[in-house]
Amino acid sequence: MSTGIAKFKPGDRIRVRMDDPPGHIRTPYYIRGKVGWVERVYGEFLNPESLGHSGDGLPKKELYLVGFYQNKVWESYGAPSQDRVYVDIFEHWLEPA
Amino acid sequence: MPRRHHDVGGESGAGPIDQTEHQLSDWEILADAINQVLGVKGIRRTDESRRAREDMDKELYRSLSYYERWTVSMETILAEKKILTTEEIDRKVAEFEKKWGEP
Amino acid sequence: MSDVHPVSNHLKAGEQQDHEHPRHELSYHAKRVYAIRELLLEKGVLTQEDIQRQIDYQEARSPANGARLVARAWVEPDFKARLIADPKAACAEMGIDATSLNEFVVLENTEKVRYLVVCTLCSCYPRPILGRPPDWYKSLNYRSRAVIDPRGVMREFGQGVADDVEVRVHDSTADMRYLVLPQRPAGTEGMSVKELEKLVTRDSMIGIVDALPAVPSL
Repeated sequence: MSTGIAKFKPGDRIRVRMDDPPGHIRTPYYIRGKVGWVERVYGEFLNPESLGHSGDGLPKKELYLVGFYQNKVWESYGAPSQDRVYVDIFEHWLEPA
Repeated sequence: MPRRHHDVGGESGAGPIDQTEHQLSDWEILADAINQVLGVKGIRRTDESRRAREDMDKELYRSLSYYERWTVSMETILAEKKILTTEEIDRKVAEFEKKWGEP
Repeated sequence: MSDVHPVSNHLKAGEQQDHEHPRHELSYHAKRVYAIRELLLEKGVLTQEDIQRQIDYQEARSPANGARLVARAWVEPDFKARLIADPKAACAEMGIDATSLNEFVVLENTEKVRYLVVCTLCSCYPRPILGRPPDWYKSLNYRSRAVIDPRGVMREFGQGVADDVEVRVHDSTADMRYLVLPQRPAGTEGMSVKELEKLVTRDSMIGIVDALPAVPSL
């Protein structure tokens, strides 16, 4: 599904940007600022931050499946350390870590 | 900015999950269908509906049922796109109430 | 019939009738939905046929679709491989209309890995495959807790997960829709695909529980 122009590739360590812009966004609050890895590159999709405000969604944004260890996301996560949470995140929310 | 009202992942204070399932009422089936048709016709985007729900007052969002939220967002989007107004809906409701009679 | 409003005022003929409430007892929002429908019809924005087609489409979607995919994947390794590699093509092969799905990903449970699907921001769900989501899936408590305490949530639904099994939660935040492929229950070797389908529950395809156990033959 990758278009070959993706900035990140599977295995890359990333950090989710710690940002809080107004308007419609699809990056959950709990995952911002967290460090994980790119699991899959899903390809380009219309940008929901534009669509949500009646824009045309262009330019499209690269979408990634990003994995995180649960105990790196939640300080209180008491369960086995291998547990993971995966979130679909658009490229402009990611930076190298 | 604090976390927004719809963005609840990991929010503290969440209790046991109510596993009761209710049979959808006709109006809920209808709300669902109208909303889908508006999407198919390109009149509204899913992200616009989400944004309308996200912009709702927090107390209102939390107090409404699922399809009540959908109804509010549908009304917001239809008004925004100048397809119909709140006043028109109010008038139509009043018309129905007259026809249906009050208890 | 006296306390039930005429169908013609309500949903049109052929649609479900609401026997729960006389019309004047409809809630504030329910009344507004009927008003919105009426106005959209009057203005020609949509037709009754458009609405009926959507209702029919949704009514035709049910977990039975997902169960067919899963049961066949259990018995046919080649189909399972195709289902995981290209889920939409596998749906088409089975005559399941998944065209309205943007993207579709199948997550395979194993002895060592258990998947759980949630949408913390709203209620994203593979509706063409499973129908409308259950109430609990849309609830604020599930949306809050599934990501931070998946093991506790699974326990609450009746099945704890052993410590040596890894739990992977998928938060569907974008265009991807996720379906869990539960493990085939033990002792089902002799069962037909049709029998296996009955073991594949909706909740097992969300990942909150396993597929049903085989009923021991007496």
